[in-house]
Amino acid sequence: MEKTFEENMARLEAIVERLEKGEAKLGESMALFEEGTGLIRLCRQELDRAEQQVVKLMKGADGAPVETDFLTED
Amino acid sequence: MEQRIYSVAEINGDIKKLIDGAPELGAVLIRGELSNYKIYPSGHHYFTLKDSESSLRCVMFKGSAVKLRFRPENGMKVIAAGRISVFPRDGAYQLYCGDLTADGVGDLHVAFEQLKEKLWKEGLFDESHKKPLPPYPRRIGIITSSAGAAVHDMIRILRRRYPIAKVILLPVRVQGVEAPPEIVGAIRYANRYQVADLLITGRGGGSLEDLWAFNDERVARAIYDSELPVISAVGHEPDVTISDFVADRRASTPSNAAEIAVPDMAELLRWMHNASGRMSQGVRNTLSREQKRLSVLEQKRVMADPTAFLQDRRLQLDLAYQRLLAAEKGKVDAQARRFASLAASLDAISPLKVLGRGYAMAQTAQGEVLRSSAQVSAGEKIRVVLGEGSLDCTVNDKE
Repeated sequence: MEKTFEENMARLEAIVERLEKGEAKLGESMALFEEGTGLIRLCRQELDRAEQQVVKLMKGADGAPVETDFLTED
Repeated sequence: MEQRIYSVAEINGDIKKLIDGAPELGAVLIRGELSNYKIYPSGHHYFTLKDSESSLRCVMFKGSAVKLRFRPENGMKVIAAGRISVFPRDGAYQLYCGDLTADGVGDLHVAFEQLKEKLWKEGLFDESHKKPLPPYPRRIGIITSSAGAAVHDMIRILRRRYPIAKVILLPVRVQGVEAPPEIVGAIRYANRYQVADLLITGRGGGSLEDLWAFNDERVARAIYDSELPVISAVGHEPDVTISDFVADRRASTPSNAAEIAVPDMAELLRWMHNASGRMSQGVRNTLSREQKRLSVLEQKRVMADPTAFLQDRRLQLDLAYQRLLAAEKGKVDAQARRFASLAASLDAISPLKVLGRGYAMAQTAQGEVLRSSAQVSAGEKIRVVLGEGSLDCTVNDKE
């Protein structure tokens, strides 16, 4: 299952911290660095999908939510 | 002229008429302290207003009492509004109270303090019940009026800070008697349909009256019961509502709520940029540390001069060889000495030595040593060995 942005960020923070502390063995460091670089790319991609949607939620006939556009002045 | 004789009821009735007719007693405000406060099953409230010198009986009928916005308590300083009239049955005048307001602080403040106290005792403000906010929410639910400036402020800030989140507006009225049930309904609805990762509820600034929906006990309980984390965002910085106490986070204003709700994307990107550099630095540090360890090892003699090891061994080998030679030599000497002594003793017993002293040795022609004359016959040739040289002889006779 694909990791959420939150999980990716948490993992990235852990990797950066571990590398900074210099606790990892050289081989592990290289693997972590590679993983971290991949995560940065993933997270950036996610942030690039910047397209905020604003909707107004109304109660549908069956009680379930129905989204309608909410236009703002800007 | 004969003086009129009243019945008790008549005189009380006349006094009542007199008092009721006095315009200055028809609408009075009286400052005093509540005592003997009693609520009858009928719903009417009876109490006494007093100050240090005097006291006044008061009654508040059910119709007025239900409109009270706080719970009157003995000892409370109040301003009572009403009219003075007479209760003819007892011949006692009293205040027919239409409204009570808290003196000095205001009744809303009193109601606020009372509800705060009650909910605090119940544990609705406990830190342990507060839920952490999701650090990167994908959907932000906003429960507020769709008309006010507050909603636009929030949307503008959410859009600027974190444009990847979706904003879901659940429009409600935020003031008036309909506001609390609508806010409660929206909080429950958002939870039932899990429409967001995080809720913000609040409104822009206003008078204490305007903000009152967020001091409503029902709203407080709905916020407490919400499984989705709730940020309370009511009014301006100094305004504090019951919702603020019970919410998982309090924001000073709606704009502040939007800032609390989401991370700043520009900051996130910067952080990521830094993360990249920090990781590289970390790897470089590890690398240089390992290199240092390696060079320390390299500088050890065995690594710097690998043949040193061989030289040592060679030296050891030479030494061993020397010792071996010495040992060998010793052994050879001992054997030589033994040989000499053996040779000496051999020499001592040598027949040649005996012959040297003038003895001779006779042998047959075949070289057999003669010990008896029976060994030879007359005429047979024998050989006689002397100390020096030998003689070939013929046996003439034997005895």
